[in-house]
Amino acid sequence: MNRHDTPQAPGATDPGSGPARARAAAGTRPIKGGVSKDMQHDSAIKHVTGRATYCDDIAEPAGTLHAYLGLSTRAHARIMELDFSAVQRAAGVVGVLTAADIPGVNDVSPTGRNDEPVLAEQKVEFWGQPVFAVVAETRDAARRAARLARITYEDLPHVLEPDVARAQGGPYVTPPLTLKRGTAETELLKAPHRLKGEMRVGGQDHLYLEGHIAFALPGEDDDVTVHSSTQHPTEAQHMVAHVLGVPSNAVTVNVRRMGGGFGGKETQMNLFCAVAAVAAKKWHRPVKIRPDRDDDMSATGKRHDFVIDYEVGFDDAGVICAVKADFTARCGFSSDLSGPVTDRALFHADNAYYYPNVLLNSHPMKTNTVSNTAFRGFGGPQGVMAAERIIEEIAYALGRDTFDIRKANFYGTETRNVTPYHQTVEDNIAPRIVSELEQNADYQSRRQAVLDWNAKGGVIRRGIALTPVKFGISFTATWYNQAGALLHIYTDGSIQLNHGGTEMGQGLNTKVAQVVAEELQVDIDRIKITRTTTEKVPNTSATAASSGSDLNGMAAQDAALQIKERLTDFAAEQWQTDRSNIRFIANAVQIDEETVPFADFIRQAYMARVHLSAAGFYKTPKIHWDRATGKGRPFYYYAYGAACSEVSVDTLTGEYRVERTDILHDVGRSLNPVIDKGQIEGAFVQGMGWLTTEELWWDAQGQLRTHAPSTYKIPLASDRPRIFNVALVRWSENRENTIKRSKAVGEPPFMLGISVFEALSHAVASVAEYQTCPRLDAPATPERVLMAIERLRRG
Amino acid sequence: MTSRSEIRFVLNGQDITLDQVAADETLLDFLRIDRRLTGTKEGCAEGDCGACTVLVGRLQAGALHYEPVNACIRLLASVDACHVVTIEHLSGPGGQLHPVQQAMVDHHASQCGFCTPGIVMSLYALWMENPAPLEIEIETALQGNLCRCTGYEPILRAAQAASDLGSPTGDALNRERNHMTGRLKALCDGRRVDVRKGTSRAILPASVDDLAEVLLAHPEATIVAGATDVGLWVTKFLQEISPVVFLNHLEGLRRIEVGPDGIKIGAGVSYTDSRAVLTAGYPHLAAFWDRIAGWQIRAMGTVGGNLANGSPIGDTPPVLIALGASLTLRKGADRRRLPVEDFFIDYGKQDLAPGEFLESIHVPQSKKGTRHAAYKISKRRDEDISAVCAAFNLTVEDGTITAARIAFGGMAATPKRAAHAEAALIGQPWDEATLMQAAACLDDDFSPLTDWRASAAYRLQVSKNLFRRFWLEQQGTGQPVRLSA
Ligand SMILES: Cc1cc2nc3c(=O)[nH]c(=O)nc-3n(C[C@@H](O)[C@@H](O)[C@H](O)COP(=O)(O)OP(=O)(O)OC[C@H]3O[C@@H](n4cnc5c(N)ncnc54)[C@H](O)[C@@H]3O)c2cc1C
Ligand code: FES
Ligand code: FES
Repeated sequence: MNRHDTPQAPGATDPGSGPARARAAAGTRPIKGGVSKDMQHDSAIKHVTGRATYCDDIAEPAGTLHAYLGLSTRAHARIMELDFSAVQRAAGVVGVLTAADIPGVNDVSPTGRNDEPVLAEQKVEFWGQPVFAVVAETRDAARRAARLARITYEDLPHVLEPDVARAQGGPYVTPPLTLKRGTAETELLKAPHRLKGEMRVGGQDHLYLEGHIAFALPGEDDDVTVHSSTQHPTEAQHMVAHVLGVPSNAVTVNVRRMGGGFGGKETQMNLFCAVAAVAAKKWHRPVKIRPDRDDDMSATGKRHDFVIDYEVGFDDAGVICAVKADFTARCGFSSDLSGPVTDRALFHADNAYYYPNVLLNSHPMKTNTVSNTAFRGFGGPQGVMAAERIIEEIAYALGRDTFDIRKANFYGTETRNVTPYHQTVEDNIAPRIVSELEQNADYQSRRQAVLDWNAKGGVIRRGIALTPVKFGISFTATWYNQAGALLHIYTDGSIQLNHGGTEMGQGLNTKVAQVVAEELQVDIDRIKITRTTTEKVPNTSATAASSGSDLNGMAAQDAALQIKERLTDFAAEQWQTDRSNIRFIANAVQIDEETVPFADFIRQAYMARVHLSAAGFYKTPKIHWDRATGKGRPFYYYAYGAACSEVSVDTLTGEYRVERTDILHDVGRSLNPVIDKGQIEGAFVQGMGWLTTEELWWDAQGQLRTHAPSTYKIPLASDRPRIFNVALVRWSENRENTIKRSKAVGEPPFMLGISVFEALSHAVASVAEYQTCPRLDAPATPERVLMAIERLRRG
Repeated sequence: MTSRSEIRFVLNGQDITLDQVAADETLLDFLRIDRRLTGTKEGCAEGDCGACTVLVGRLQAGALHYEPVNACIRLLASVDACHVVTIEHLSGPGGQLHPVQQAMVDHHASQCGFCTPGIVMSLYALWMENPAPLEIEIETALQGNLCRCTGYEPILRAAQAASDLGSPTGDALNRERNHMTGRLKALCDGRRVDVRKGTSRAILPASVDDLAEVLLAHPEATIVAGATDVGLWVTKFLQEISPVVFLNHLEGLRRIEVGPDGIKIGAGVSYTDSRAVLTAGYPHLAAFWDRIAGWQIRAMGTVGGNLANGSPIGDTPPVLIALGASLTLRKGADRRRLPVEDFFIDYGKQDLAPGEFLESIHVPQSKKGTRHAAYKISKRRDEDISAVCAAFNLTVEDGTITAARIAFGGMAATPKRAAHAEAALIGQPWDEATLMQAAACLDDDFSPLTDWRASAAYRLQVSKNLFRRFWLEQQGTGQPVRLSA
């Protein structure tokens, strides 16, 4: 056979465009959807038409049952008696699940500490803890019946606040961490100025628009398949196996997309997957579980609240000599991810500032509240809040602009560049970003205008602040920094791509597909990313820590390169030419002078028996971390950014409005600028919400009373800044060899919201002529703002 | 005339007849579970997130009028004779995107996409009414839609761009308006609807007189106007509400009349529909009105329901009390008239007898020499329940305060006048000192509660400060005393 003859392989038509057009296009125009291009989210059209399928939209097979949780109504109590007689009698009820029905281990602790039962046994440790589940023919029947259970409790003393728990000598849920460099305690005594204070930083509910949900379908033998909305399908798989007492190979977990995650579905979905799976196996019928919003918010974890006690020593120029701080966190009743979260708070207690001597301690307190968990930033934002409060304290003590104090304390490049955890900051671009933003946002003259306005003494005061962010990228649990991908090229030249990451709106699938499109030089439409499933890529890490595209992009690139390698070998052999004469050009392969359209080329490769499938793998280099000594390089690199916000405050009511925000943010060399910009805008507004109107409020009995959007207020369209300028740092490129030199973007811009908080504080300070640090606690609700104003006015 | 035992409406293009409808069935569950129209999402089931937004078209005075509503708390039986439009109906026959959808795609306005169908529906409703909206108009249209991902910026850009991609005149709903009007008219047969499912029962009376009759026969019935309170009793508390008697399909209760002694607002008039007439007489209510709930809720909820619900944190009671409004209650053929403030007896207890209903609200004409204000203080500016609501109505003659009506919400177990503060004003000179003396009297008037919306201390402090705001605002110093919208 002539080597240019291409017998028709099965199913060989060019997807989408048809062979003729594809041939015409081959090599003549750049590919659609390579890296660094603005590409729309791959599901955008499905989103706007309502055709994107979320877990609750999957068609239910006949016979599907529904489970509904029964939650505790005590913060801490012994369970004396469970009476389900009325539940069992209720219409449509099939049965009730309790801890006794769990065939394997009644535990979904993600860190193996065995402290988080699926369903409570003997005692409940927070208001809202799942005690049982009703299974019924419809969700409505299950939900109604769940209210008929009679539980007899014997109350035990409860503790809600972390500082109270600590004062009482209460237990930690996980070992604390100390970070220490230099001799903070002695340097504090020697410093020309010394200050100390306390700051309370509230938690935050994720309020993903799609709540928790799992849908389990029983299979043969031990098998079960679970569709869910989880950020961590592998962990859900392990947990379901653990709870069922079966090996992991019996459990498949699938995630097409989530209606938002933000960390709230990293571990918290495990419980729902487990309950659905146990019920599905028990009754041999598909079982879906979807709590309503109140139960979702009462029973699942949130961002950790912190009480931060800080002490700082500084010189006349406002340069910090030493910092000592204690971070006391409300972890809730179990450890969940509180260890790494409170660790990360300490890792970011420096923000972008150099502390010559430092001593930081975490206190992960057990409290009788829901177990707090991951949330965008993962403790980092709370650490940054402490740093910014320390800066404020110094500025007000010296009568200086907070911005000057910030600049005076930035990390250096050659010296003053070692963090409290002994990692050297090698890529410090914060000062450059900040000074560019200072210019672009016209900070100095606007600040003067704010001061002049406030000097008139009116009711409406203004405030302005420019704050930096430096955020460490990598899971601090080093082993999580690995990823896999699976790439198939079919004989028609269409490509199926799978990776371990999950899509929750961040555009991960789009970015990873762009990487593959770029490597293989094909239009992105040729690539289909399917749902994430433990069947295709095993042992994945959570899509968290902003790592999604860093890890999975690299793994997918590895898979693409493997196939490309084989294809190049094949072409060299088939065309009898040197490998250097083979080029993958847009939608085609050029071999010597000949251009073969991609689909034709693949067909030929198939006929020549080339393996057209590859599993890619990646692990992040360079990182290591020794928690016992508090030393290492936990982060591969840092992402930076800065925001300048200006606010108006009504000094009679505490109401406020963000007038303008300017952001300059570093994403390295962006994989997809428009998606990155969307992440920045969204993260900023979410960060602003955390520090302004989003307030978690527990009553004295320990019941969370802000458990739905009616009482828990996240930002609306009318809350976003009147003027909102967001720019990427165009000149930045990752110094480390990340995927196409990009940087992670999910979490770092969340902390840009702190600029709003600092601006509010500035406006408040105006009522006392900027003589006093307002010591505003977070969230700065209108109430907290007014009460701070009244306090400052009283002097 | 015999009653009809089924409800009939149009869903997207299809005629629907249901002879089994429970009183507490929601439109959202019907769409998602019964019809498997899963584009409409459930985010909260309490009217606060907008993920479930659909359009409901109804005839009003013979004209077809579409409004965005929250399907999660809209009771199914109440869509009788309506046209329900869901996200699935928006794209063209060949699947081509609607201009609003295309603009959302072009501007990268979806991330996770879960809020998106609801946002598209709200923006669709806006585009039909106002194809070239100002930024503030878009924000107002989106007060009832949460997005946790995007920060809203791209959504605003999309809303502004939609009209470049197509004009509402060519839109399918407008092209078929006459046809659909005819279809809906054919469904209105003037009969009472009495539909059941098991023991659950929903009644849509044929007229206001019929309503009076039905309530006499069923004094235990739950009266439902917009269901923006009652809907939550169902979705949040699983409360039994059957039998239910609906009222805001009744043209007779949706009327607004303006006469020499004031404005008469029927009990079925929504917030949205009452806005124009109230703000014409009382311009200070314009900004206030737009801060009651969000667009969907304002389209559904009624002022009458807000009063009848008797909540101490409702926004219209303090305002109406300050204006000296009264209401007409009707039982059978008997009517009585009552000042609004006397209607509220105690927490959860109103002066409403079994079988009686609120028929209309009467707001007096604005008098010369009166000074008005209405303030809402809440954690979040929009779509939030008041921590404190305050309404002022002072008459000043020749520099002396001759009458004062000041009412507060959120400060006591009922909406209540600040009697001591009022007394401290009357007969006193109109100056700052008088107002601040009156403010100090609030300590005698109220001992508010601490809850998740605000502490007692804040409620008192801010209420007092509002006296200063009122003074400064009335002085018109040229300096802003409130944040701009
Ligand atoms: C998301 C959301 C936001 C909201 N925001 C606000 C806000 O900002 N400010 C505010 O004040 N309220 C707010 N509310 C509540 C407000 O919408 C309701 O109080 C509304 O005004 C009630 O009117 P309705 O027509 O929906 O009444 P329904 O829910 O139908 O009825 C309410 C009560 O009144 C009774 N009732 C209704 N009509 C009559 C009648 N004619 N005669 C006798 N009894 C009657 C009903 O039996 C029921 O007890 C909000 C509600 C939601 C869901
Ligand atoms: S589901 Fe949230 S408003 Fe209806
Ligand atoms: S796109 Fe996720 S909530 Fe709006």
